[in-house]
Amino acid sequence: MIAPSNGHALQREILSSTKARARVSSIGSRSFLLEAPGDFDLAAQRRIWALSQTVKGWPDIAEIIPGMTNLLAILKETPEDPDVVVDRLLEAWDSALSIDLKGKTIEIPVHYGGQHATDLPALCDLSGLSDRDVVRIHHEATYRVFALGSAPGFGYLHGLDPRIYMPRKTVPSLRMEKGCVTIGGMQTGVAMLTGPNGWNSIGFAEMQMFDPTSASPAMMAPGDTVRFLPARIEL
Amino acid sequence: MIEIVETGPFNTVQDLGRPGYRDIGVSASGAMDPLAVKIGNILVGNAEGAATLEIQTFPFRLIFKRRSAFVVSGTDGNPLLDGIELLPWCAYNAEVGQVLELKQPPKLARAYVAIGGGVDVPCIMGSRSTSLRGNFGGNAGRPLEKGDRIAVGEEAGILPIPASGLGVVEPAVALLEFFPRSADGSLLIRALPAGEHKLFVGDGEAFWSQTWRISSRSDRTGYRLSGDPVVPMEIVEMRSHGVVPGVIQVPPGGEPIVQMSDANTAGGYPKIVGVIECDLWRLGQARIGTRLQFVRSSYAEARAIEQAVASYIEDVRRTSGQIKRALKAMA
Repeated sequence: MIAPSNGHALQREILSSTKARARVSSIGSRSFLLEAPGDFDLAAQRRIWALSQTVKGWPDIAEIIPGMTNLLAILKETPEDPDVVVDRLLEAWDSALSIDLKGKTIEIPVHYGGQHATDLPALCDLSGLSDRDVVRIHHEATYRVFALGSAPGFGYLHGLDPRIYMPRKTVPSLRMEKGCVTIGGMQTGVAMLTGPNGWNSIGFAEMQMFDPTSASPAMMAPGDTVRFLPARIEL
Repeated sequence: MIEIVETGPFNTVQDLGRPGYRDIGVSASGAMDPLAVKIGNILVGNAEGAATLEIQTFPFRLIFKRRSAFVVSGTDGNPLLDGIELLPWCAYNAEVGQVLELKQPPKLARAYVAIGGGVDVPCIMGSRSTSLRGNFGGNAGRPLEKGDRIAVGEEAGILPIPASGLGVVEPAVALLEFFPRSADGSLLIRALPAGEHKLFVGDGEAFWSQTWRISSRSDRTGYRLSGDPVVPMEIVEMRSHGVVPGVIQVPPGGEPIVQMSDANTAGGYPKIVGVIECDLWRLGQARIGTRLQFVRSSYAEARAIEQAVASYIEDVRRTSGQIKRALKAMA
């Protein structure tokens, strides 16, 4: 264990068996964020899935929010000694084995191009690819749902081809329609709410993926496989 | 049943929120001043998490379509019942046809109307709170509008409320020693350093030492703070992670944002501090323009305040029950 460098007890790091160091910090008094070390990849996310299953079973946990190679654990109460919580999280991370969630396969028909593909020309400029190639590269890949968040039912999808990575906008689009198929950095996803959005739109999907009145409101779950089907290509 | 006679924008049905669904991207929502909701509900004999009306734009008027017990809590303004001034934090009975009016409170931001039986809108994902961003929950997923008729549940308690009202010493007064104000009148908000605190120069000195002002670009989702910008010493690429209300993030412009009840479930800006949960209701009652100073807290302090608030709530519950039972015995 490495001693805190700045006097703040929660900024500790630990060397795990894989020589990777996880970091735990806090938000307020009862939420603790564990961030996995290393690359943003499926291997790290699989360990986050395993950690999530472990932590979810702890009796003092109110709620967990798995993120992108990280996990926010929200306790029922402010702990007396936060260091104990930090140690437990780090130990759980240390012993978390990579698991592969089986998940289901979701096929999403997409209208590529057209009026909602507002950022397709910019992506062509950035990548040096034709619009046809960008669309083909996007729908030929197979994606995994890493985590849900940001909007009800929104899945962060991993597996985007590096040729069509595109940074988020510094000035978000003020009103992007729900259903836009978007790229944000090295991730892709389908916008779940109409509103401000910093991701880049290349198409549109009609499929409804969130129903608040359903027993399982979100269609996507971590570990699911997602494929985009080119229902229509309008270039 | 009640009917909304007059309302400003962004008044909504809120209870204590729907935590537990942030892992599928659903914000917890819920009242900005949950303490006011709990106390109001206890006084009218409801479960403390029953749904209430959160009023943040005024004037607001409703008409009672059924005889009901009610409390207006959270606010420092006096509600009017058929034009007669009443006290906030005090339970009364309203007769059929009486009109409750709320005017702009003198200093605070939000008033809560708790009604015996609770506001009876459909419970969605465990809560009756309005999700404005998701357009579901509460009153058809939207703010209250003039002419809305809203069901009220059956009153559970048959215990009477005295004709002169049944009030409590409001939490800001009863718990004064736990919620201090600064000498210059600015609101003191306790916080703990968060993940990227060390990226800010001088241990976040510029953040902790200045007086911030709540900017006009603030709402139930978050408050932007105006002041001298604070910027991290290096730009870090954060992966998207879960956040909760109270987190203070610093976007590239250097103006901190406090996430509030409708906080997004995920974020990626550097986090400088997290406000302790038991101070969030005070932020929820702070209006645009309010001056704030942040004070470094500790786990021990957070626990002490939480325990004081819990015992205050318990005291209100016990005492109001005793009074009602005594009245019933005398009747």
